[in-house]
Amino acid sequence: MIVEFGHFALILALLVAAVQTVVPLIGARARDVRLMNVAEPAALAQLALLSIAFLALMHAYVTSDFSVANVAANSHSTKPMLYKISGVWGNHEGSMLLWVLILALFGAAVAAFGNNLPATLKANVLAVQASIALAFLLFILMTSDPFARLIPAPADGRGLNPILQDPALAFHPPFLYTGYVGFSIAFSFAIAALIEGRIDAAWARWVRPWTLAAWMFLTIGIAMGSWWAYYELGWGGWWFWDPVENASFMPWLAGTALVHSALVMEKREALKVWTILLAILTFSLSLMGTFILRSGVLTSVHSFAVDPERGVFILGILVLFTGGGLAMFATRAKDMRTGGLFQPVSREGTLVLNNLLLVTSAATVLIGTLYPLILEATTGDKISVGPPFFNMTFGPLMLPLLLAMPFGPLLAWKRGDLAGVAQRLAFAIVAALVLGVAAYALFNRGPWLAPFGIALGCFVMLGALTEWATRVKLGAAGMDEVVRRAINLPRASYGTLLAHFGIGLMVVGIVGTTAYQEERILVMKPGETVTVGGYDATFKGATPGRGPNYREDIAAFDITRNGAAVTKLEPSKRIYDAPPQPTTESGILASWRGDLYIVIGDEQGGSGAYAVRAYFNPLVRFIWIGSLIMFIGGGLSLADRRLRVGAPVKSRRPQIIAAE
Amino acid sequence: MTRKQKRGVLIGAGVATLAVAAILVMFALKDSIVFFHTPSDIAEKQIPAGQRIRLGGLVAKGSVERGEGTTVSFKVTDTLKEIPVKFTGVLPDLFREGQGVVAEGKLETTGNFTADSVLAKHDENYMPPEVKKSLEARGVKLGETAQHPDGVKKQ
Repeated sequence: MIVEFGHFALILALLVAAVQTVVPLIGARARDVRLMNVAEPAALAQLALLSIAFLALMHAYVTSDFSVANVAANSHSTKPMLYKISGVWGNHEGSMLLWVLILALFGAAVAAFGNNLPATLKANVLAVQASIALAFLLFILMTSDPFARLIPAPADGRGLNPILQDPALAFHPPFLYTGYVGFSIAFSFAIAALIEGRIDAAWARWVRPWTLAAWMFLTIGIAMGSWWAYYELGWGGWWFWDPVENASFMPWLAGTALVHSALVMEKREALKVWTILLAILTFSLSLMGTFILRSGVLTSVHSFAVDPERGVFILGILVLFTGGGLAMFATRAKDMRTGGLFQPVSREGTLVLNNLLLVTSAATVLIGTLYPLILEATTGDKISVGPPFFNMTFGPLMLPLLLAMPFGPLLAWKRGDLAGVAQRLAFAIVAALVLGVAAYALFNRGPWLAPFGIALGCFVMLGALTEWATRVKLGAAGMDEVVRRAINLPRASYGTLLAHFGIGLMVVGIVGTTAYQEERILVMKPGETVTVGGYDATFKGATPGRGPNYREDIAAFDITRNGAAVTKLEPSKRIYDAPPQPTTESGILASWRGDLYIVIGDEQGGSGAYAVRAYFNPLVRFIWIGSLIMFIGGGLSLADRRLRVGAPVKSRRPQIIAAE
Repeated sequence: MTRKQKRGVLIGAGVATLAVAAILVMFALKDSIVFFHTPSDIAEKQIPAGQRIRLGGLVAKGSVERGEGTTVSFKVTDTLKEIPVKFTGVLPDLFREGQGVVAEGKLETTGNFTADSVLAKHDENYMPPEVKKSLEARGVKLGETAQHPDGVKKQ
């Protein structure tokens, strides 16, 4: 009964979305306030209806109602409660429902908090937002109904794919989708601006918080996915340039560019047309990501069994919104008053450089991701594009970006003084080079480029700190003055500081683990020892064990360092009950220096010996700590913005005093 | 700086970045793409030894043998032709006889294939699309191998 209720709510949501697409649009055109006012309650109703649908599906999962086909296919009565809940979005139908729920959430947020928006702009934004929901609700109801019944109901379900039964992955999709889908707001604002044929700095001030929020969640969502792949897949790597990973990375690159170009637009009224285009492209890349993820057209290490017909439908949605958005851009953008030009050496100038490099790098990732599809369609050859392609194209483009990063915030708007900034950064440059040399001396092996990479990451971090030091007049003013300035510095400045610092830390982690990883693959008999990364790991033999819904072989390793016992690691090989699928659980000893990472393979011929892979991944934690710092930075910046979101006053720059 | 010069710098920077990216992409595509072949393709197309390729098909039943250390040998088949494969390392969890597999590595002059990676899949019902398409193009029926042992059929 509750299931039918949910299904009904979903159909109602479709109808509401249809009304919300058409009526406010007509209202905005005719300047009819009554018609425009339909948008707000409709957006809220849509959120309510989709919440009901989502909760109904969750109820079916929690109560293990196997008469629902989706539950029977993806859940099991013995599954722990956390995974019953996360199982709701651990499958195609449920994840699409989560997608539209988040879409409705953003739409309702604009309806609820956008009181200061001009009436026509708000009506148009909500109408465009509803048209996206309309397309996806049609998709769900026509090809992927999560509420379809299964008669007769099986006695038990087939279970959730065991590698998805993991805490990090339970929360990975909601974060990732919040990021993906959040960019829909930027898209809706862009299309609304094109419909109105008018755009100004206030527009950027409204769009930027939404984009920033989406960017934050996408950042942490991608980081969670990478962390999960690192410890759960047991391959010792954290990023594989896999189509599914690229699918989330491309909107991230474009979204990062968008956050920066909106800044230029807000402060300097420049880059207007470009920002509109970028908003359309960013969301198009999100849709492309959904298409790649859900259609399975590309062979991916992450691919799940998928239905190609659904792919065609999503491709249709992608073509409609990207093509429609770009067509509108082509016809309407020329009517917009373009912003002014500016000096190349200025903060705007570095932000343009940022946009140029980020968008170009997103384009190279796009080419690498889609090239196999294009080639197969044109020549019939089946190929794969692997990490070497991306390292060769993406890497060199990041180099100038990272080099320019510390300069940007230090340069003044309008006209910057490059020599002066270089002087201020002198300490950061020297210190970074010293740290690079130290890295070279410490590791004393690996590619010659690696120490430069470490130095570059350190330069970005020290550059971010230099900017802060300059702003609070560290060393130039008395201590009281420094503290006062540090407290009065807007939170957005701390946001920038943290986001840039996080990137630097991440670069250090990436270079460290890529260049200096140690790997040993061998067969170990009980009692044997392997040395990796300064640790000695002694295999003590494997014993069978039993978990709530799996059985496993647990291998015990005693870890010592310089003869002193450190800890025990227990990597295991699990076979789940439902579905009966094996997984590898890695044993990881984390430290600042790096991770000792051990996984076991199969037993070798009943002798008690196991295939063992042992890695030492230097500095690998910095990658995820860096992204967490970026997330916090985004949050701080947003907290500042929230104070100002209600006041899009152009000329005045309000003084923000940070709360104690 | 005049307006014209400013615009020139902007356009110049854009063109330069795109040109650099285009050159990088062209070089990288030339060097780092890997072609996918089935055992029959290899027989027909005379793939030279030493070229890096991806070999896809099914793991032939009864062909998996463990050798010295972590070396494993098995045969990849498309039911018409077979290629013996040697791999040193730890096989992915879902590697099983009768299931789809993609191995990346080089063809030896002996006709054997030395793989340095064997692709893992997240889902046991999953068949790499290249493998599926290639096998179906050769009239191989798929699907039964994806049947769950517990007998609950996918609706």
